[in-house]
Amino acid sequence: MIELLGIEEKTYTLNLGPQHPSTHGVLRVILEMDGEFIIKAEPVIGYGHRGHEHMAENRNYMQFLPNLGRLDYLHALAYNQCYCMAVEKLLDITVPERAEFIRVMTSELNRITSHLLWFGAYLMDLGAFTPFLYCFDDREHVLDLLDRITGSRLTYCYYRFGGVPTDIDDDFLAGCRAFVSRLRSRWNDYHNLVTKNVIFIHRTRDVGIITRDQCVKYGITGPNLRGSGIPYDIRKSEPYSAYPWFDFEIPVGTKGDIYDRYVVRLAEMEQSLRIIEQACNKIPDGPIMAEKVPKRIKPPEGEVYQAVETARGSFGMYIVSQGDVKPYRIKLRTPSFANMSFFPEMAVDTLVADLVANLGSIDVVIPEIDR
Amino acid sequence: MELVAQFLGSAGARMVVGLIGVIALVSVNALFLIWMERKVAAHMQLRPGPMEVGPHGAIQTVADAIKLMGKELITPEKVDKPVFWLAPIVIFLPVLLSFLVIPFSQTMIIQDMNVGIVLILAFATLSVLAILMAGWASNNKYAVFGAIRSVAQNVAYEIPLLVTVMSIIIMVGSFKLSDIVAAQDRYWFVLVQPVAFILYLICATAETNRAPFDLPEAESELVAGFHTEYTGMRFALFFLAEYTNMFIAAAVATVLFLGGWHGPFFPGVIWFLLKVYAVIFLLMWFRWTFPRVRFDQLITFAWKILIPLAFVNLLITAFVLKLR
Repeated sequence: MIELLGIEEKTYTLNLGPQHPSTHGVLRVILEMDGEFIIKAEPVIGYGHRGHEHMAENRNYMQFLPNLGRLDYLHALAYNQCYCMAVEKLLDITVPERAEFIRVMTSELNRITSHLLWFGAYLMDLGAFTPFLYCFDDREHVLDLLDRITGSRLTYCYYRFGGVPTDIDDDFLAGCRAFVSRLRSRWNDYHNLVTKNVIFIHRTRDVGIITRDQCVKYGITGPNLRGSGIPYDIRKSEPYSAYPWFDFEIPVGTKGDIYDRYVVRLAEMEQSLRIIEQACNKIPDGPIMAEKVPKRIKPPEGEVYQAVETARGSFGMYIVSQGDVKPYRIKLRTPSFANMSFFPEMAVDTLVADLVANLGSIDVVIPEIDR
Repeated sequence: MELVAQFLGSAGARMVVGLIGVIALVSVNALFLIWMERKVAAHMQLRPGPMEVGPHGAIQTVADAIKLMGKELITPEKVDKPVFWLAPIVIFLPVLLSFLVIPFSQTMIIQDMNVGIVLILAFATLSVLAILMAGWASNNKYAVFGAIRSVAQNVAYEIPLLVTVMSIIIMVGSFKLSDIVAAQDRYWFVLVQPVAFILYLICATAETNRAPFDLPEAESELVAGFHTEYTGMRFALFFLAEYTNMFIAAAVATVLFLGGWHGPFFPGVIWFLLKVYAVIFLLMWFRWTFPRVRFDQLITFAWKILIPLAFVNLLITAFVLKLR
């Protein structure tokens, strides 16, 4: 019709961000639009670039530790853990069992806070406000628990090379048990309010599908990958820390749409609760710090790669040491960067409303992309 | 003295007193509704809401209104100035006029026109024009988006709304709101027209741009939709109009389905306001429970489900009336 009338079909550019309510930080997306349909989406990243990798080259090993909490501020402890494990590998230190248990417990608690925040923020993207405050209420309990032993509520810097600096006490264990039963009693509310909601199902079913091939092609990891039906989780496939001693499952989806990713994240929280519960019962006594940790961290020459499963996927760290007090080079493989790279393909031929739904569903943390 | 008495008894005086009353009601109502919305939302979200200004934050909205009045009215550089200035007024006037025909009680009605319901529906449509003006004049892509969405949405939802209202009107045989209420002295129409009531509520939510149909101002997508560029009192007028529209939608629901001023013990006006605020509470409940629908789903829902249902309901009503 348009061609018949001799009218030129025109597209226009819409600039979404860097300050937009639903880009979750400073992400900018340049959209080429035809009406409400997106023809091309081009993410512009780097507004929060701080040069973490370069900072690492100019600091000694201990000084770089706080930087890790600023990469993915939502699951900071997994990043801490990855770095500590990598340096421990370089130094050839064995971490005491109790310390490994504490690391797993705190990291899993942190994973739950991350997923809870995603849950709330995502529903807010879809226009529902109330779930946000529900899960912030739950999240508050975890933050209080972690606050007591780590000293901070968001950008944690808790693990040390060789173990953890402060021990947990019975209050913490009791708090963990109370939280486990509290969150379990809340699942019903969440499912009634969100999972079974017709509008929610319509917004998320068959929207933003990521196929298995696309996952492999783009290196997508984490719940996004598992939502597409590939049961890959570093905690199982390359078990580290205390994870081999726990009994937990890897929830997977079938279709790879937003709904599947949502279900996977919710199921993952339940699995984390299981790990915490087992850890509370099985935690051994003993030291929390390895004995032969040198005062001055100066690893021998060598290279090491360590990967962990964070709330967003596989985070890997490659450290090259030349026998100095500073690392020669650190390369960070961050999950959101890989997940985000699929976003332009995902956004084509969708509506603006779906763009927001898709962007939220892959759960990106911008500082980790910009680093 | 006689002249004064004559004047007070006349229709003109009734109009003047009525209009002053309406303006007072509109402002007080909006202040109350905003407070109520915040309190309802807060209690649904396990928090107390405003608590600081006045008992339980009762005059928080008064403080907010004063703050808004003190704000600078920013007119962005490349806006279409006359239209940009006019839009908040255009959205507010029809809202005021709709109050002319609402029967608060048997006697409390400013002008009992014989086309009352038509007048309200006609003025309700005018708000779309204002939204379109605001969005178009703002020279902002998000605002235009909001405006376009608003027009499409209102056109789609007006049809089932009118058809639904029609089924009540053929039962009563009058457009006069007081007649419609008077016809419900034995039973409320919600009992015989439950489908129509649900249809009306859905359409009214969409017409007043409330969640889950708040697409013209969907903040996670469109920042603030059509009023992105408005500040201060101009923004406040849009806000005021939204809440007053809600009141009108609830008042029409009360008149058509919930028996208007009818009720035991209390005077009619109290019953009327009670029912209105109950309906408003329902609308708030929707907003704080549901996620937002997507635009294509919204339009599909209107054209494929609501409109056929409304027509079927109208046909059945007509058929039953004919048989009786």
